[in-house]
Amino acid sequence: MNSHQQANRFTQRELQVIMSGGTRLENANPLIFQRSGDRLLTATDEDEDAADPIDDREIFDLIRSINDPEHPLSLKELNVVEQMRVNVNDEESTVSVEFTPTIPHCSMATLIGLSLKVKLLRSLPDRFKIDVHITPGTHASEDAVNKQLADKERVAAALENSQLLEVVNQCLSTRTM
Amino acid sequence: MAADNSVLLGLVEEFVSGQVDSKAAETSTGVKNGQFTILQLVEALGVSLSSSQPQTRGRGVQLLSQVLQECYSSLSEREVEVLLAFYENRLKDHYVIIPHVLQGLKALTKCSVLPPGSAVSVLKSIFQDIHVQSLMLAERSCVYNILISLMESKEEELKGLGADFIFGFVQSVDGERDPRNLLLAFQVARNIIQRGYDLGKFVEELFEVMSCYFPIDFSPPPSDPRGITQEELVLSLRAVLTGTSQFAEFLLPLIIEKLDSDIQSAKVDSLQTLFVSCVQVSQTASERVESAGLSALSALVSCLSRSVLNSDSEDVLQVFLSLVLKDCQHHLCEPDLKLVWPSAKLLQAAAGASYRASLIVSAAIIPALLEQYNNRTQCAHRRTLLEVLQGFVQPTALSRPDSVLVAFQQSLCGVVFSALTESSAGLQVTATRVLSALGQQPGLMAQTDVEKAVDHLSRLILEEDDPKLSSAVVECSGSLAHLHPKAFISRLIPRLKEEILSGQSDAAVRQRCVTALASVSSLPSVVQESAPVLLQVCGFSVEEVAAVCISLQKIAEHARDSEEIGRFFHDIIIPHLLGLCLQAALQTRDAGQPSERKKQHLWDSTCHSFTSPQVEIPEIDRLLLQLEDLSCTCTHLFSFTSAAKCFAGLVNKRPAGTHRIYLLPQSHALNFVISVELENTSSAQRTQAFTLLLWVSKALLLRYHPLSTALTDQLFALLSDPALGSQAADGFGVLMSDCLDVLNRGCHADVRIMYRQRFFAENSTKLVQGFNSAEQVKVNELLPLLLEALSCADQAVQLSTLSCLQPVLLEPPEALRNQLEALFSRLLALTTSPAMKVRIASLQCVHALSRLPEHTVLPFRARVLKALAVPLDDKKRLVRKEAVAARAEWFLLGSPGGR
Repeated sequence: MNSHQQANRFTQRELQVIMSGGTRLENANPLIFQRSGDRLLTATDEDEDAADPIDDREIFDLIRSINDPEHPLSLKELNVVEQMRVNVNDEESTVSVEFTPTIPHCSMATLIGLSLKVKLLRSLPDRFKIDVHITPGTHASEDAVNKQLADKERVAAALENSQLLEVVNQCLSTRTM
Repeated sequence: MAADNSVLLGLVEEFVSGQVDSKAAETSTGVKNGQFTILQLVEALGVSLSSSQPQTRGRGVQLLSQVLQECYSSLSEREVEVLLAFYENRLKDHYVIIPHVLQGLKALTKCSVLPPGSAVSVLKSIFQDIHVQSLMLAERSCVYNILISLMESKEEELKGLGADFIFGFVQSVDGERDPRNLLLAFQVARNIIQRGYDLGKFVEELFEVMSCYFPIDFSPPPSDPRGITQEELVLSLRAVLTGTSQFAEFLLPLIIEKLDSDIQSAKVDSLQTLFVSCVQVSQTASERVESAGLSALSALVSCLSRSVLNSDSEDVLQVFLSLVLKDCQHHLCEPDLKLVWPSAKLLQAAAGASYRASLIVSAAIIPALLEQYNNRTQCAHRRTLLEVLQGFVQPTALSRPDSVLVAFQQSLCGVVFSALTESSAGLQVTATRVLSALGQQPGLMAQTDVEKAVDHLSRLILEEDDPKLSSAVVECSGSLAHLHPKAFISRLIPRLKEEILSGQSDAAVRQRCVTALASVSSLPSVVQESAPVLLQVCGFSVEEVAAVCISLQKIAEHARDSEEIGRFFHDIIIPHLLGLCLQAALQTRDAGQPSERKKQHLWDSTCHSFTSPQVEIPEIDRLLLQLEDLSCTCTHLFSFTSAAKCFAGLVNKRPAGTHRIYLLPQSHALNFVISVELENTSSAQRTQAFTLLLWVSKALLLRYHPLSTALTDQLFALLSDPALGSQAADGFGVLMSDCLDVLNRGCHADVRIMYRQRFFAENSTKLVQGFNSAEQVKVNELLPLLLEALSCADQAVQLSTLSCLQPVLLEPPEALRNQLEALFSRLLALTTSPAMKVRIASLQCVHALSRLPEHTVLPFRARVLKALAVPLDDKKRLVRKEAVAARAEWFLLGSPGGR
């Protein structure tokens, strides 16, 4: 199977999930965690001359407010993402994010991963190599999802689908609260 | 006949096989006597000519050629044709035969009965089959002689060959070394040039092949039987090199190069060649070549002038110049004056090269010219001569007081004065030019001469109406007045004044008088006399007043740096003008166009006189009062605007502290006028008050005066005024732009360099407030200002503008839509500013812009996303945060599920 066909299949499956998701929640009562506060400003932040390297917290701040596709909650609130599972190396331009689906059979896992990936793509300088994957042992089809998220072409093809893009964009929209 | 035949065979046999040379002469005699015919001879030679031995064939051809040399004249055309065909064919034969073949051809080409086409075919064969320079001396000579003979008899045919002929000749002669042959070759070349052969594209080749002998260095061997001299060669070559103007461009550089030669004779040869070529070249049409030739001559003379003289040696310069003079002088005297100009140019170029040269040339030429002038009666001739004379009289950088001209001073002046009284305008014009030239050199005009000249000029101004002559007279008066002011004050000005005031003269005469007065007024002493006269003209028609004002303006412009004249203007002229102005203002309430023009000139001249800061303006307070009054009460747009500008110009230049009185509430009308008139919305004078306010604000803003803030605040307040709002918005444009007529550095205004930045720094908040509160029309005017503030280099200004702009962008006014392009480019540029706060603020603005209606900003999406990728990698986290937020919004823009 060539990669394009794979990409199409990836898209098709996510679409089915999106369509069905509108009617029934897979995990109706998730555990809700406290939202973390904003990062505190330091003197270094205000100093014109000091360089602030991109750190784990900064990456975490980028993704913590992403909306969950199912719930009116952020990924942080659902503990899908945690700062300890974010790993960035500014000098080597690499970033690695692990996310933990709320339930092991969560059909939204790919969509969440895609949102994370797109958010980082849009927010980080293009020198970064972005790796988004499921926290090991937390999802039934972990390998398949990771493989899809690691494939640039599949991600690009998915984003060409306007329905999928719409959902991703909704996840990335800043909620007015 | 049989006997003759055997005799002939015997002769041939003895010559060819027996090597008895004398038999050739016997054979010739036989042919001449009619004993045998050429045909018989050829038949008899048959065996030898077809022998397989080259020597035998050569001997045969030799006999035939020697016989032909004796009896070529008796040949028939048919015989010549056959023989030529034979000889042309033999050119391809063995080399030992070639010399004899050429001898034969040489004899044949002397024939008078050459058949048509034969010349071309002979030459083609020679050029094709023979390498001339590998032949022996005598044979080469043969070839040149053949060329010369054919050029004599078959010129038309050779010209038909076109450039091929030139090329053939160039190839044949290239490398010739023998002087005898060179003479022949030079002769061929001279024929080519003089008889108008088409050189085609071989001009340079022909020149190269000839010029390589230049300069000729030849010392004949003591026992030279031919008696060729160096002189002969030199003249012959020079005739070639200077023979055509087509060579000029190659010749001049060559000569200049050879002038550096160490060999004395080479130098002399170069100089003489140069001279001949200059004369030739001057007659040609090419200006470029002519000027190159002239500058070469000039350089040469200046070089010779520097040569060191020995006590016993001849002065090289003198020798050379006498050569030049000899050649040129007679052209000046020829009746038709045909070569006057080329000669005059040569002489002037020589004279202009050094002081000594000018002495020598002028001493010889000027008397000749003067004499010629007096001998001629035709105006055209006299004019030409006078023009030539002008060239010699014209002062140059080399002129010294003890000029040779002093000796001719009397006669020069005499000639000029006589020319000034002639009836021909052209001659008179030239005479005025000579007069200016004379006047500019001290010692050339005695006091009486100057007075005479001034009288002539006055007369011409009053009497002559030819426009060219008038302007020449005016120009001459101007230049003389600068050097001889007294004569003009005592003679010209009173006379013109009398004429003007007599009231009897017509307008054209008065106009000329006015122009002349303006032109002579360059020195303070003259201005003091002339300006009052000009002012007196102001009683006449509007056009004349305008003309007077233009004249005064000219004087003022001329006198920009003269303090004395400036003071005089302020003392005398300006009060007058102001009076006139007021008068005019009163009149114009019901007058038409012309008076507006008049006033414009009045104001122009006034503004011009306000230029010098060090000039103390008398009664400045009164002047300010008048200006202020005029600016507030006058209804004529131009007048009150100009008055306001003048007022502002003066206020700007007043020393610190003194002008407070005009602005403080309790003291003066300005405040009264501005506040009262502006507050009274029904007042008819609001526009005037506003104009004054605007210009005074600008005057103070430029010099960082503390009061400017109060005034600009008033302007800001006016933005919401229903009647004046849009004018107020326009007014900010006036404040920020450079003004051409007043309040600029050219007017010596007090302008601080950073006034714009300062203004923005202090006022951008107000500007944005005004922007928000103002109506649509005014916003259009203010936006460019805001944008300008953004492109201002000062970071504080950028920051304050950005922080003001951001809230505006959240609810953007309609007018912004037309300025998006400019706004985006400025904001995006600021996202990489060195100042962190500016980066943050600009990113916030870019973020805010994403909320504008989608269709207006969507075209910028790609550009913004690309530009925002840069600050994503900013070294400051706070900047990255804003960039991420803004970029996220721009990604959502126009995307499904976005906005």
